[in-house]
Order: sequence, then structure tokens, then C-alpha cells
Amino acid sequence: MNRRHIPLITELPLVIWLVLVWGALWQDFSPGNLVFGALIAYVVVNFFYLPPVELTGRFSVLWLVPFLGRFLLQLVTASVQVFWLAVTRGPTLRNAVVAVALRSHSDFLVTATGHAISLIPGSLVLEVDRSTSTLYLHCLNVASVEDAEAVRRDVRATEAWLIRVMGSSRDLAALRAEEASR
Amino acid sequence: MVHDVVVSALLIGGALMSLAAGIGLVRFPDLLSRMHAATKPQVLGLLLLLLALAVDNRSWILVPVLVLCWVFQLLTSPVSAHMVGRAGYRTRHLRRDLLTLDELDDVVARAADGDHGGPGRTDAPDGGAGGDRT
Amino acid sequence: MTVVAYVMGGILSVAAALALYRAVRGPSILDRVLALDVVLAIIGAALVLNMVVNRHLDNLILLVTISLIGFIGSVTVARFVTDRK
Repeated sequence: MNRRHIPLITELPLVIWLVLVWGALWQDFSPGNLVFGALIAYVVVNFFYLPPVELTGRFSVLWLVPFLGRFLLQLVTASVQVFWLAVTRGPTLRNAVVAVALRSHSDFLVTATGHAISLIPGSLVLEVDRSTSTLYLHCLNVASVEDAEAVRRDVRATEAWLIRVMGSSRDLAALRAEEASR
Repeated sequence: MVHDVVVSALLIGGALMSLAAGIGLVRFPDLLSRMHAATKPQVLGLLLLLLALAVDNRSWILVPVLVLCWVFQLLTSPVSAHMVGRAGYRTRHLRRDLLTLDELDDVVARAADGDHGGPGRTDAPDGGAGGDRT
Repeated sequence: MTVVAYVMGGILSVAAALALYRAVRGPSILDRVLALDVVLAIIGAALVLNMVVNRHLDNLILLVTISLIGFIGSVTVARFVTDRK
């Protein structure tokens, strides 16, 4: 057992998540069941070792709600759009691979941004460059350089929202400064 | 009555998203554009179907397991899409004539030219010429 | 409700037929994996329809399992695809 000891506080979010999964799967949130779930979660977390995920230590529910609203809206419009493209355009589609440089250098935030834009139809993460936090996206229906610029702006807006929800305070300060200078 | 109409609309909406995936799979020209049609509308489709189930049952104890089901999909589908997409790009399963611009290709070409060791080393270009790491 | 069940069954059948066409034709193995992923999603949709029509909740666990199987399947194939065609 020569693994680095992880403090309990770092794995606490994972344990809580596993307890919630346990409760949801049994459809039973009684205290006894949750305590047993917590016991199993603790054993699982220590037995099946994962590298600790470094969270940014900030989470704002106040920004989460509008972010979810924006996400759902984009999900619906983009899904309908892909449907429409499949029916009307089909084989005559033009695509592009676009590089988007993100602001944040936190692995967690880059992952979250990549996830969010992959879920919204029309863009797909092909490669990630960790050293410069650049995402390479494959985008549907990009016919010109202006379209690519629009994609880039959109992705950076999504990242800005995620920074507001759960970015580190340094990223948040940088974002505020950027907005103030504009 | 209203309740039945809502459930029906949600069910049909969810089924239409599957149809979108099917049509996209057949009509889009290359692997990566098919990926968009195949994986993404399902996220909305499953949401609509689970909502139909929740409205139909009207019990709160059901909500956590439905949320869990959707969250699992939210967590897994971008990862599998990324893995398949990356494998597709590296094995050249895309039609370059359909791309208006390809900014990853420039990076790959530059990395292939010279040694790119040192601190500025990137993850992206490795094996870009054909997935030689796998 | 029966009408809705038939309409939805029809839509899902067409979608499954299209996806299977791509799975049979698909030039590369990645195309096939993608198409079979869609078939799995359609099976999930059919399970939900079954639950709504017959008013039970037995398939919920299958729904979770199916999404996990699809995930593991496509990641595994994508991991081992090389440029040997």
C-alpha cells in the first residue's frame, strides 16, 4: 500500500455522490439505508483507488439555475436544428474543425466545458491540449470563417458561465476584469 | 385528460429524437457528422421520455432514480462521443473535402515536422498521423 | 393512449430500421458501433413506452444498465481501433 493518503475532505464529494446513487437505485432514502450506503461508498472509494479530482473549492447555486436554463434551451434548439439539417441538407453538409482557446487552466473546468459543449448538438470535442487549454472541436454546418468565429464565441460564453458557477476565485477575477475592460 | 395529452406529447417527442438519429445516420456523409446526429439528440430524447414517465406516475420517490438515469447519460455520452470521434479523426475516417477549415491539422503537421519535446509539449499531435499509440 | 403507443412504436421501428441499415452498411467499425449505440437508445425508448403503457416500473434498472453498457461498448471499441482497416 504505497499510495498517497488522500484526506477525507477531498473524497467527501465522491462519497456523497455514491450515497445519493445508492439511495436513488433503491428508491429508499431512509436513514438506515443511507448509513449502509455511506459504509459501502467509503469501502468502495478506498478499495478502488482513483486519482483525486481537484475541485475548485467554489460553487454558486445562484448561477447554476440560469446556467441550467440556458443549457436546456440550447439543447432543445440545437437538437431540433440537427433534425432539420438531417432532413433538409443531408449529404451536402459542410463541417469544420475549430480550435478554441479557453481562459481557465484548471483541468476540472476544461473538462466541464468540454462536456457541456459536447452535449449540445453541433459540436464535438476531438482533442484537448492541456498545456494551453485549447479544445479542438468538430462542428456541424460551418460554412465560413464567420461561422467558426461564432462557434468560438459561443464556447467561450459557455466557459464564462461555468466559471461563474464553479470557477476558482482567480479565474472569476480574471473574467470580471475581462468584462470590465470591454 | 390534460395529463394524457402531456404524456403523449413527451413520448412522441422522445421518439422523434430517435428518428432524428436514424435519419442522420443514413443521410450524413461522414463518420464525424453522423456522430452529431447519433449521440446528441438522444440526450434530449431520453429527457423527454423520463419526463413522460415522471408525469405519468406522479410520485416523488421516482424522481431521484430518473435524475440519476439522465445524469448517467450526461456523464457518459460526451466521453464515448469523444473517444469515437478521436479514433475517427486519427484513423482518417473523415472526408477532408467537406471541411471548411481544419485547425487541428495545422497543429499535427507542425508537430510532425520537428521534435516537440520540452515543456511546451502538447497532447494533441501525438499519434495524429494514425493512432500509433493504441 | 393506445393510438400514441402505436404511433410511437411506428416511429421507433423506422428509426431502428435506419440505424440497422447503417450498422450493416457502415464502412468502418466506428460507424457500426455508433449505429448500434443508437439501436440501444431506441431499445431504451421502447422500454419506457412499455412502462407507460403497462403502468409498471420494472424496467428502470434496465434503462440505467443499457446506458452503461452502451458507454463501455463504444469506449472499448474506440480504444482498440487502429488504422488497420
